[in-house]
Amino acid sequence: MKTHFKNARLIDPETGTDTIGDLFIADGLIVDSCTPDDVIDCGGKCLAPGIVDIGVKVSEPGERHKESFASAGRAAVAGGITTIVTRPDTDPAIDTPEVLEFVERRAAIDAAVNVLPMAALTKGRLGCEMTEIGFLMDAGAVAFTDCDRVITDTKVFSRALTYAKSCGALVIGHVQEPGLSAGGSVNAGKFAALRGLAGISPMAERMGLDRDIALLEMTGAAYHVDQITTARALPALERAKANGVDITAGVGVHHLTLNEMDVADYRTFFKLKPPLRSEDDRLAVVEAVASGVIDVICSMHTPQDEESKRLPYEEAASGAVALETLLPAALRLVHAGHMDLPALFRALSFNPAKRLGLACGRLTVGAPADLVLFDPDASQKLDRFSLKSKSKNTPFDGAILQGKVIATYVGGVNQTQVLADA
Amino acid sequence: MTFRAQHLLGIEHLHPSEITTLLDLADKYAEDNRKGRAHRGVLEGLTQINMFFENSTRTQASFEIAGKRLGADVMNMAMQASSIKKGETLIDTALTLNAMRPDLLVVRHPHSGAVDLLAQKVNCAVLNAGDGRHEHPTQALLDALTIRRAKGRLHRLSIAICGDVAHSRVARSNIMLLGKMENRVRLVGPPTLLPSGVEDLGVEVFHDMREGLEDVDVVMMLRLQKERMDGGFIPSEREYFHRYGLDAEKLSHAKPDAIVMHPGPMNRGVEIDGTIADDINRSVIQEQVEMGVAVRMAAMDLLARNLRAARGAQAAGVMV
Repeated sequence: MKTHFKNARLIDPETGTDTIGDLFIADGLIVDSCTPDDVIDCGGKCLAPGIVDIGVKVSEPGERHKESFASAGRAAVAGGITTIVTRPDTDPAIDTPEVLEFVERRAAIDAAVNVLPMAALTKGRLGCEMTEIGFLMDAGAVAFTDCDRVITDTKVFSRALTYAKSCGALVIGHVQEPGLSAGGSVNAGKFAALRGLAGISPMAERMGLDRDIALLEMTGAAYHVDQITTARALPALERAKANGVDITAGVGVHHLTLNEMDVADYRTFFKLKPPLRSEDDRLAVVEAVASGVIDVICSMHTPQDEESKRLPYEEAASGAVALETLLPAALRLVHAGHMDLPALFRALSFNPAKRLGLACGRLTVGAPADLVLFDPDASQKLDRFSLKSKSKNTPFDGAILQGKVIATYVGGVNQTQVLADA
Repeated sequence: MTFRAQHLLGIEHLHPSEITTLLDLADKYAEDNRKGRAHRGVLEGLTQINMFFENSTRTQASFEIAGKRLGADVMNMAMQASSIKKGETLIDTALTLNAMRPDLLVVRHPHSGAVDLLAQKVNCAVLNAGDGRHEHPTQALLDALTIRRAKGRLHRLSIAICGDVAHSRVARSNIMLLGKMENRVRLVGPPTLLPSGVEDLGVEVFHDMREGLEDVDVVMMLRLQKERMDGGFIPSEREYFHRYGLDAEKLSHAKPDAIVMHPGPMNRGVEIDGTIADDINRSVIQEQVEMGVAVRMAAMDLLARNLRAARGAQAAGVMV
């Protein structure tokens, strides 16, 4: 299968360019030129490397009613995401090669996009004993994380980091001082005081980051922070990078586009972990993405069923689905003038691929033909029940989102078309 | 008369004119209560359910008496002992009760926002009798009525709210109500018991009791929960009483005619000296309890009027 995309607005995050031109793909790869079977006139719409989303929760095994590989795959295709990097916070946790193989088998059968699994760093994500990092890497784990659980025992964590380094494994962590943030459900401040909810201080994130940076200086491990959401944490991150610590950081799209006030009258779809922050924090984090201090924008896709959200705020589950809303929501940053499209795709596609050592995330000849064709300006009002995800817990229900995916190509195959035909 | 609300979920959503309307009516009920004049027709034929997911003696009794004085059929449900133990969610409990067609639902719940959530799911008037650390509107209204009766006005007063503000829904509702009525509100307490971000709520913050009470018209004490006394938030009960307990000496910094209030139940010797609490020239604590019944009568009366109007309009096919 050979395809010629003509008249495309090519968004190349690697070179930082945004130009009208042609792109050729053949046998699943981007090529210099070819004799195409098919010519697609993009009509000046954007063609960019497909999104690589680190930290997607697919609720298999354990809670398939919330999200399966099939439904997550459909949602990813609808959202222009070509690679999902899945979280191990399932039930049971993905902490042995056997469970990992189950996940890979299920994904291979059902998912319409590339699925790269992460594995737990400690057994059962309990923070006591490290997992079989070597075996798990052989089985295909691309990174190791205990997700939102912080390993409080620094001896255990430092050993796991040291061992991971010797295997060449990437560790992903959640930076949070668990004592300080215990019991909280919203950002500490005026809003928390008004609503009578226990707050989580932004300082808890900074303390967690400071601790982990010290452990990285000690062990030399490769480390990615899942989410940086506060202004207070940014100087420490910038300093660590300048000092040559092997650290990168991400941020969820909701923390870039919403703030604590959006929780309003206890709207549980806005309950996230970490909580939505102040507007000052949001703007600082947006700026950090634009300047490259924060490397990656991700969805932090966390499906929750209606029952776990229809509860009093403090009892309700955290997290939001975002595979389908990641791109249109992130485009708000472009429309608001915070960054241009190549800079946005640097954070959505190029940087995450680079951090995981993947060949995708670029428009270079030889790279996999994982692409998203989208119209950055088309607007639509989101109806959460139209989402492809099994769970509908999005904070963007009823919001006007500007940006629409036209087609998602995975390995040169138009999966949007494939799913529509199925 | 202006009182548009369908529910009484908090002070936050009330307009000052609604507060005045409610207090004026409560004042009348207070006088009639003293004269033994009954108003059994006001809520006649209406069913009031008191749903308390958290222990309460005084508030529940006050709502029950208020309902009965106005002729409602009152039912108390001790929710701790019932279906939540069987795993039923709050919303299912609400829907079940709703199907029994109550008219007034009085709810207390340990989680902030739980009463708002419940109110979205039922077709009757909901009164918040305290949700977590969020709001306790009838307490703030009864405090306001007590102040207005003692001071002759409810504006341009200097009011100190003292003690455990962080965990107090009473404090939040009072801060909002007294602010809306244009009073100066001071919060006095150890910083560990004041919520972060409190400076942005339009109040003055004091960590020293004597400075905080200087020249105030009203001293409002808050209850210190037993479980917060040891080590976590304050070093000890005795140190707390020494530094923040209201005694004659500290009270001498307030205006000579300042009144002392407490939402009850009191911890004598912890946040308040027993002799101050019993001093009939200063303490209005018993009057607060009395006004509680009157305020709850007024609140249920006004909500029932709106409920009947809405149902009448609905029956006539008019959109409201």
